[in-house]
Amino acid sequence: MDRILYGDNQFFAVNHISDQKSMDQAIKFKNDEAIIRTLDYAIEAGINTFMCTTHDRIARICDVIRANPEKYKHFKIYPCMPYAHKYANAVTELGIQGTIKQYVPGNIFGTMFKGGMALVSKDYIKIMELLIDAEMKMFKGINTPVIFLQNVITDLLLGLGMVEFLKGFHDYIKIKYNAEPGFITMNMPKLLDTLESAGIKNPIICFSMNKVNFRMSGGKNLYEETLKTRKLRAVAMQVLGGGAIPPKEALEYVSKLPNVESILFGASSKANIDNTVSNIRNFDREKIA
Amino acid sequence: MVKVGLIGAGKMGISHLSILGAHPNVEVVGVCDTSKIVLSALEKYSKFHCYTDYLKMLDKEKPEAVFVATPTKFHFEFVKELLSRNIHVFVEKPFCLTEDQGLELTSMATERNLINQVGYHNKFVGTFREVKKLVKSGAIGETTHFMGEAYGPVVTKKKEGTWRSNPAEGGGCLMDYASHVIDLINDILAPITASKGSIIKSIYSKMVDDAVYSLLELSDKTTGVLSVNWSDETYRKMSTSITIIGSKGKIISDANELKVYFKEEDCPEGYSKGWNVKYVTDLTDQVDFYLRGEEYSAQVDYFINAVTGKVPNSINNFQSAWLTDRAISIIKNQK
Repeated sequence: MDRILYGDNQFFAVNHISDQKSMDQAIKFKNDEAIIRTLDYAIEAGINTFMCTTHDRIARICDVIRANPEKYKHFKIYPCMPYAHKYANAVTELGIQGTIKQYVPGNIFGTMFKGGMALVSKDYIKIMELLIDAEMKMFKGINTPVIFLQNVITDLLLGLGMVEFLKGFHDYIKIKYNAEPGFITMNMPKLLDTLESAGIKNPIICFSMNKVNFRMSGGKNLYEETLKTRKLRAVAMQVLGGGAIPPKEALEYVSKLPNVESILFGASSKANIDNTVSNIRNFDREKIA
Repeated sequence: MVKVGLIGAGKMGISHLSILGAHPNVEVVGVCDTSKIVLSALEKYSKFHCYTDYLKMLDKEKPEAVFVATPTKFHFEFVKELLSRNIHVFVEKPFCLTEDQGLELTSMATERNLINQVGYHNKFVGTFREVKKLVKSGAIGETTHFMGEAYGPVVTKKKEGTWRSNPAEGGGCLMDYASHVIDLINDILAPITASKGSIIKSIYSKMVDDAVYSLLELSDKTTGVLSVNWSDETYRKMSTSITIIGSKGKIISDANELKVYFKEEDCPEGYSKGWNVKYVTDLTDQVDFYLRGEEYSAQVDYFINAVTGKVPNSINNFQSAWLTDRAISIIKNQK
């Protein structure tokens, strides 16, 4: 994985500290051109990986990437699925069964419903695979070397102890998409234990890692210890602690941590993208020196 | 280890189940639901014992505490049964369909000395807790006006719905969505005692309301406005906020960001004259297991701690949820 990954929260009005900023972002990125322009700033700054949710609008961004193969020939996308609010709102409105009916493509599920529950009960992993395929459709023809499961699903399954789904996701991504599976979580040490117990060695895990202990269940010390002593391919996210730490200080902390393979960040202006990238590159150089 | 059961494995139930499953002081002894699709998934892939009849679950697993996350219309019957068996209860919001039901359960829980909590999770959000602290300490002086708001994209087209679209089952924007805001107003300021006029509108739903606007009066005669709409697709997810104007300052807070304005130098520690901005990240305690927001884990922790006698049963107890139910009926009967 590249050292620096560019995220997409800013494009979809995801802001962890301010509803007002969230609306400002929705206004700023109303048009797809605004997203593409900002992606191009990231590419100019030397970033080649875009880590994004499977939001409906990403499908149109993918169209642009496919239409300009020369320009985006080194460009990679790490899809993160699913876009949870789509499903969460649907569950409130339609219930769990209604939601599955709405989003599982094709007639297979309809047939299974008619065919009785016995068949369904054996095929939950298959349903998950169909949902993965549905989410992956928009990336056809685009380089997606790592595919992530979003934290709300990873952590839900983790709490429920439904490890087979985590393993099922892992295996299906490898076999069907010939890609590396990754897991986003807010409970990194617990997830690592669970994945290892399911036989998944050296997993790619994306988790909050910041100086202020923000969204790091189990605490910063345990996270630092885990990075030092365990085998995982770490992607650090929420490095600014939701905005609580001055950016330079935040980036110095995370850049100098051992065993962090990649740093994920989001920014909506050219200046912030350039600053973040140059800060990380500088701290990396200091670390080597 | 507290032995806990769950009745209702829908959206909230599954979320509670995951948090309970990861909780170091909880043993989940049983899960009950009527949906075959959910139950067979749990049976096949989790270690939980599954039931379709909650009475059987209670008989067999003997839980000390039970989470009830069913449609609201079942709350009264199920919670009453649980209390009669001396089981501690966490029940989802809104509490009951009528005031009488809520009153009966509240007194029953009190008489039997059982821990009782309702899932108004906003009370565990750092910013709203800070708002309450500021208001109760008199930092912004006497309240002259408040506005409680919530907007979100739940029903944005005409469509057939679930129980949430059936008024007899506790559905609709007022019961399901506005109840959060009403509960916050009750808690931060004072219980709502009168409505001076309410507009309860359907926008897309056939059977229930999608928006509620109301002029409210509280027990201390403070007045303000409620404005809630769950058919607003300009919001990515539910956004709840409260604005309070006082004689010494003003508070604007949502679940992420708290803005406080003080007129004078005389203000609480950590604040100064003029605008102050604090983020939920500064005001939130770490949780052991994070699922959808610290507040969801924090409310479960609080309940389990109350069952084991570590905290008083004072946040979100039946009594406070009954006041919210009462406010809902005050608003409804005013239209």
